[in-house]
Amino acid sequence: MHARTDADAPPSWPDEIFAVLERFEVRQVPYVPDAGHSQLIKRVLASSAMRGIPLTTEEEGVALLAGAWAGGQRGVLLMQSSGVGNCINMLSLIPILRFPFLTLVTMRGEWGEFNPWQVPMGSTTQGVFELSGVHVLRASHAAEVPAVLEAAAAQAYNALTPTAVLLSQRLIGAKVFTK
Amino acid sequence: MSKTNLLDRRRVVAALLANRKDVVAIGGLGASTNDITAAGDHARNFYLWGGMGGAAMIGLGLALALPKLPVLVITGDGEMLMGMGSLATIGLQKPANLSIVVLDNERYGETGGQTSHTSAVADLVGVAKACGIPDSRAISTMAEVEAFAASVHDVSAGPRFANVKIDSAELTRILPTRDGTYIVNRLRGDLGFPPI
Repeated sequence: MHARTDADAPPSWPDEIFAVLERFEVRQVPYVPDAGHSQLIKRVLASSAMRGIPLTTEEEGVALLAGAWAGGQRGVLLMQSSGVGNCINMLSLIPILRFPFLTLVTMRGEWGEFNPWQVPMGSTTQGVFELSGVHVLRASHAAEVPAVLEAAAAQAYNALTPTAVLLSQRLIGAKVFTK
Repeated sequence: MSKTNLLDRRRVVAALLANRKDVVAIGGLGASTNDITAAGDHARNFYLWGGMGGAAMIGLGLALALPKLPVLVITGDGEMLMGMGSLATIGLQKPANLSIVVLDNERYGETGGQTSHTSAVADLVGVAKACGIPDSRAISTMAEVEAFAASVHDVSAGPRFANVKIDSAELTRILPTRDGTYIVNRLRGDLGFPPI
């Protein structure tokens, strides 16, 4: 099991995600912070082409992306698995308005989880998406992140296929709690 | 129950849209979307029949995408209460071209007229101000509605928020199309965006 520690060198996959988003001309990046997204959020906030938009709850991001589409911009929603449950009713906008939906979800409650409170929502994240009509792709290893992102962005923006990429806890590293 | 000192919602929305020019009007789930329809169907009307709590955020996404476009969200107190956090998100982004009007009848009119939190404790103008939208007004006269309608065209001075206390009388429903894909693609077309 890989555990996150401050001593680790930063991984390269968040930068690779950023590069794919740049190439697809993503402009609006709503997010509820998660440690697994912190490096990507920093890149977004430092970017002149993308706008990072902190949310109070994840469902705001679904509605925001509908508005962005009406205004001709692409967006991507960054959140943690627990936030997926907060989105459920708002996900109904996606088939109704048929706008390109891409979300990147950092997973908790799976590989080596310490906190039992993360497990119920982490266990149902994929099912919730699939029941809501959102296709799920998963990246479990750093080497596969660029190809998964590329495929997800292509099908979301080119084919209007609502897509969630689950960035697995195995990829991110289980959060370590120390006293 | 009807009170004579409260504004008529249809007159308020008609005044908001009377000289709309290029304004995009987003109607929150409930009677607000019917009020916009009553003022006249328009390619720049974005009617919501669901997604309760999302109207202001749809407005934000559109306003950020097109900063020169005046975007006006017209919604009800129940819909705004459900998306109250979005006022903090908007306060942080400060989109100068976004205006939000809440038609506040202190009721959930679509579901039997149950009272909402604004009937007793919640002050949405106070919430909007505290969330970083300094231009937040409580409106009680048609003259104030007309002044707000004029300010919507100024895309350099928002975001702005207005809470209009309206009569809770139930009116004849004037329903817009329910086809969301049609609604959004018609709007996109009018804004100059082709289909994919």
